[in-house]
Amino acid sequence: MQRFRITYNKGASLQYIGNLDLHKVWERYLRRARIPLAYTQGFHPQPHIQQAAPLPLGFLSENDLLDVWVQSENWPPADFLTRLQVTHQPGIEIVSIADIPLNSPSLPTLIISSLYRVILLDPYDADDLKDRLENLQKQSTILRTRRNKTYDLRPLIEQIDLFLNPLNQCAEFRMQLAAREGATGRPDEVIGELGFDPYAARYIRTGFIMKE
Amino acid sequence: MDQQIIQRRLERILPTVEKPGRYVGGELNQIVKEWESVKTRVALAFPDIYDIGVPNLGLTILYHILNARDDVLAERVYLPWIDMEKAMREHGIPLYALESKTPVKQFDILGITLPYETLYTNVLNLLDLAAIPLHSCDRTSHDPLVIGGGHAVFNPEPIAPFFDAFAIGEGEEIIHDIVNTYQTWKASGASRQDLLIELAKIPGIYVPSLYEPTYNEDGTIRAVQRLHPNAPQVIQKRLVARLPKPPTRFIVPAIGVVHNRVSIEIMRGCTRGCRFCHAGMVTRPVRERSVDEIVSSVREALDATGFEEVALLSLSSSDYTHILDLVSRVASETSDHYLTISLPSLRIESFSVELMEKLRGSRQGGFTLAPEAATERMRNIINKPISTQQLLDTARAIYSRGWTTIKLYFMIGHPLETIDDVQAIADLCKAVLAIGRKIIGKRANLHAGVSTFVPKPHTPFQWVACDTLEQIEAKQSLLKRELRGPGLKLTWNNPHETLMEAWLSRGDRRLAAVIETAWQLGAKFDAWQDQFNYEIWQHAFQKHEIDPAFYTHRLRSENEIFPWDHIFTGVRKSYLLSEYHASLQEQTQRDCRQGCFACGILPKYADLRRNNPGDHWKCPEVPRRPLRTEIKEPVMG
Repeated sequence: MQRFRITYNKGASLQYIGNLDLHKVWERYLRRARIPLAYTQGFHPQPHIQQAAPLPLGFLSENDLLDVWVQSENWPPADFLTRLQVTHQPGIEIVSIADIPLNSPSLPTLIISSLYRVILLDPYDADDLKDRLENLQKQSTILRTRRNKTYDLRPLIEQIDLFLNPLNQCAEFRMQLAAREGATGRPDEVIGELGFDPYAARYIRTGFIMKE
Repeated sequence: MDQQIIQRRLERILPTVEKPGRYVGGELNQIVKEWESVKTRVALAFPDIYDIGVPNLGLTILYHILNARDDVLAERVYLPWIDMEKAMREHGIPLYALESKTPVKQFDILGITLPYETLYTNVLNLLDLAAIPLHSCDRTSHDPLVIGGGHAVFNPEPIAPFFDAFAIGEGEEIIHDIVNTYQTWKASGASRQDLLIELAKIPGIYVPSLYEPTYNEDGTIRAVQRLHPNAPQVIQKRLVARLPKPPTRFIVPAIGVVHNRVSIEIMRGCTRGCRFCHAGMVTRPVRERSVDEIVSSVREALDATGFEEVALLSLSSSDYTHILDLVSRVASETSDHYLTISLPSLRIESFSVELMEKLRGSRQGGFTLAPEAATERMRNIINKPISTQQLLDTARAIYSRGWTTIKLYFMIGHPLETIDDVQAIADLCKAVLAIGRKIIGKRANLHAGVSTFVPKPHTPFQWVACDTLEQIEAKQSLLKRELRGPGLKLTWNNPHETLMEAWLSRGDRRLAAVIETAWQLGAKFDAWQDQFNYEIWQHAFQKHEIDPAFYTHRLRSENEIFPWDHIFTGVRKSYLLSEYHASLQEQTQRDCRQGCFACGILPKYADLRRNNPGDHWKCPEVPRRPLRTEIKEPVMG
């Protein structure tokens, strides 16, 4: 058996797909590519694959990660890559595939933080934006309620920067948010806290900060 | 409105609605063509949400046939769920096709499939969301040609004013005739009325505006007048002599839908002759695909989709000639994939248990049998003659081979049913569960699905009355009282929904106004238990001073002209009547593969069969009798 780590981009065709559905999309994609998947043990064997971190509905992602266990020995990742590239899956673009040790820690436990780009869909007023961001950064606690639970958003925001593009009138935030078990920041919550309609923005998770 | 504007508005509203993946298209195997690269654009619509519509096999077949043509593109349309509809109306987004996001109104042809009647109010909602006038007579050259098809339109009258034309019967060939006629008409620059008159020349096309029913004082049909010489007196359904290669490049939705699977039709039509069964009557004759073709299609479809389930579809799997061979080969073909293979509609016999055993993984869902009635008298009336002993023996085999749940499907409300026949359903269920208990103890389960019979057009029971609300409720309360306790589960239909299905099924053209009013009052998604609103329909009937009981609870006289008599399924009315008489005498009819009972299919499609010889068409050979007088079709005005 071998374990491979796939780095991929999730594009517009899969933008509105939840996590469980994305899992199914991967299973079918790998089956079409005739990858000899390893199955989990038990009453209902399932293909052994694992995603890195859940992505909220409506988000795009770049450099996302997936681990796949394959019934193979010394199969070069380059062959795996070719197999996936010739098999069509709308919304998934493979960046790279690496062979990793079977006993390395599970993907979700390696993730510390997530990186996001958030593009506002409405025209902006530059001064107003800067004021709002400064105001947010000044605070030491930001109490918010989500699904009837109150939590402090501030410590989850590890970094936030504003980029303004006067040419196409696009305002973009780049954020690094905590993504540890029980301490995961959501960029739409940050946008809401800044006083914008969270739905009037495009969200792209661009990568992870991982344990060494 | 162009696609970019729609796309931009969608980006705002999609995050706010439930399951936005329904509204974006872009799935594996969708076919996208350049709008300007083709002559004719067809929108294929299923008038319910994406989740229900995507797996529909009829539209899948048409999608592939149309897109195989260089001069045509076909795209898919489904209805938005209530939250999305609200958002679309608020943001001024018209109904659009998924592939290109083009508004439905900009297509040349809009084809709407109607596999069942409870979609009718959704059709009006669909037209309204697309900004297409509801009535055929109000449409102009700026509107698509609106065509209906599917099993429900064997009685098109209740929705006649809303459609420009109906395609009666199987769609594989008639769809080309429709497109070709449309192209010729478009090039000619003639009027929309001319198009309808040209379409009426195509065998199997019914243009309702070219007919006008008149009524007797008692409300029954006096005659159906033809308003144009091109309109045939009788519209005979289309059928294909040989089933063409099945579609294999199924759309693979990225969200879960009702059936996530490869569906391969192994056989069309049914020779069993169950008298309640609409599908069994209107899809005759039986045509089978070869084992080789099915197996290679399954392989091809799995490669193209990656689905984890395969359904081998037909009205009666056990009757497929080479069923054992087929099941063995499909099972070995798919053995390395942990796949589920479903095989619906198995006969009640122990051989069915052997068949299911060959399909690994199929045990999860329980074992389903459909005796439909619990006494031998009742099963003779409906012509589903199996003995109670045979059912019990089959149940014993199922429980002893490792299944823990048996699902039994019954109907209440069959003609001549007494309360004793209903009691017998409860007794039989308990007897089956007792067998299970003996074999596997407390692990044994029995699930009784008891629906209510609705008499359907074009069947031997088209003359009979549907049970009244009081009758249905009395029968259901008996079952609810009897079928409780550990291991027993009972499901039933809401009687109000049954009544709606009953009036829609055998309605005439006057019902169209009721449907339209019901929709205006808010009726839609009538097939959804949580959306159906009986009161709205009552108001609509009252407004038009029509008594729904006229359609539902009336025993028809044997010489009544039915609203659907000018639509001909190939099965003669006189044959249906003789079957009705036989049912009243509790007489059964054999499987007609063993001998022809002259339902009418063979003489009506004699040329078609002669031109397509081979043993795929399963009617038995009938020696031609010299100079037999053809039995007349129903007389038309």
